[in-house]
Amino acid sequence: MLSLINWFRYASPQTFYPLAGRMIPWFAGAAAGFAAAGLYIGFFVAPTDAQQGQVYRVIFIHVAASWLSMFIYLVMAGWAAIGLSLNTRLSFMMARALAPTGAMFAFLSLWTGALWGKPTWGAWWVWDARLTSELILLFLFLGVMALQAAIDDPRRGDRAGALLAIVGAINVPIIYFSVIWWNTLHQGASVSIARAPSMAKTMLAGMLLMSLACWMYSIAMSLARARCIMLEREKHTAWVADLAGSER
Amino acid sequence: MRAFAAIIRRDLLLALRRKSDLAMTLFFFVMVASLFPLAIGPEPAQLRTIAPGVLWVAALLASMLSLPRLFEADYLDGTLEQLALSPQPLALIALAKIVAHWLSSCVPLVALAPLLALQYGLEARAVWVLCISLALGTPLLSLLGAIGAALTLGVRGGGVLVALLLMPLYVPVLIFGAGAVDADSAGLGASANLSLIGAMFAASLFLAPLGTASALRIGLE
Repeated sequence: MLSLINWFRYASPQTFYPLAGRMIPWFAGAAAGFAAAGLYIGFFVAPTDAQQGQVYRVIFIHVAASWLSMFIYLVMAGWAAIGLSLNTRLSFMMARALAPTGAMFAFLSLWTGALWGKPTWGAWWVWDARLTSELILLFLFLGVMALQAAIDDPRRGDRAGALLAIVGAINVPIIYFSVIWWNTLHQGASVSIARAPSMAKTMLAGMLLMSLACWMYSIAMSLARARCIMLEREKHTAWVADLAGSER
Repeated sequence: MRAFAAIIRRDLLLALRRKSDLAMTLFFFVMVASLFPLAIGPEPAQLRTIAPGVLWVAALLASMLSLPRLFEADYLDGTLEQLALSPQPLALIALAKIVAHWLSSCVPLVALAPLLALQYGLEARAVWVLCISLALGTPLLSLLGAIGAALTLGVRGGGVLVALLLMPLYVPVLIFGAGAVDADSAGLGASANLSLIGAMFAASLFLAPLGTASALRIGLE
């Protein structure tokens, strides 16, 4: 039981706020470090692709952004589920803090995909299954954010957004399996756990480093955003007043 | 069970008393479907290829247009609160309201679809497949739509918001629904698409009322 109590210690904004404040520089630093290493490998070490030339280098951000957009949606839905079942305030704040970062990555993934698609496929946009489902994922993020923003009562907005996030989570597996379901233009997955990756080691290393960088960035950003939400929501409490007093 | 039947009867009666609302949904469906030939041109071959998609999109929009009627009036006059307080499970009540919504708003669309399909010059077989896919798919639209309608209860800008929330969720239904007709005319057979719609229908028949009930509870708090 002791370990359980320790977990819930940080479920209160009052204790989590300083913890998040201490964690942000670490994650931001890790993001910068991984990004520097990943970009160096991506631009200077990784060889030019035999078929696609230099254009392929967009994957170093494209793949990471796509992964993160899907993963953040799942994490958001997970926080939403925890919030709805345990009724913890902090979970809803985390879910709300993750949504804009997720939407940003979904947009980035579509944008870089279009930049890659024009020289490679000869079209900015094709109605391929994975592109379409990424677009739908972006719409889902926007829907959750719009619903949260449209409801003035923060408690109701949190819960409604959380329910919508969980309902939409059904869509994330569809995205992942759409490659198999609809067999279309988009190339199949190049990286899988079951078999050896069909790309050069350095390319893979660059991609993984960039994914880690995006991951760390997301954590840092959402923690920073959660801190703002915490202050806004808890502005009537004593600990926020203390904090404001000590900083003045 | 008696409460289930009573709510269906009540909602259908209310819908029939306000015939103009029902007619509005139908007219919307017909008009959207008639706008496309005007915009695209009257070539029969082209119209025939776009017909399933256009009719599906028109039906989807028309059913979405009627969604605010599902809970809004009951929410405003307090009936919904009384229903939520009743001993019957709220999910069952929500399911009854969804069934009533489907019967009053979507069945007329399905019945009218063959007529519009003839306007587009679809063959008899394709018309059949279109009707079957609409008959299987529109309950799914009502079930998913109920969650959106419940979430946006009394929220400002509800109408546009409900569209924004539901579009992404409607996409698979639309793909498989309109795809059924295309697959059939391509000689592949529509059974795969219809089975997928049926599977989604079965899953959401169980899950959507539960989701709607918890969304209503959030809205009523």
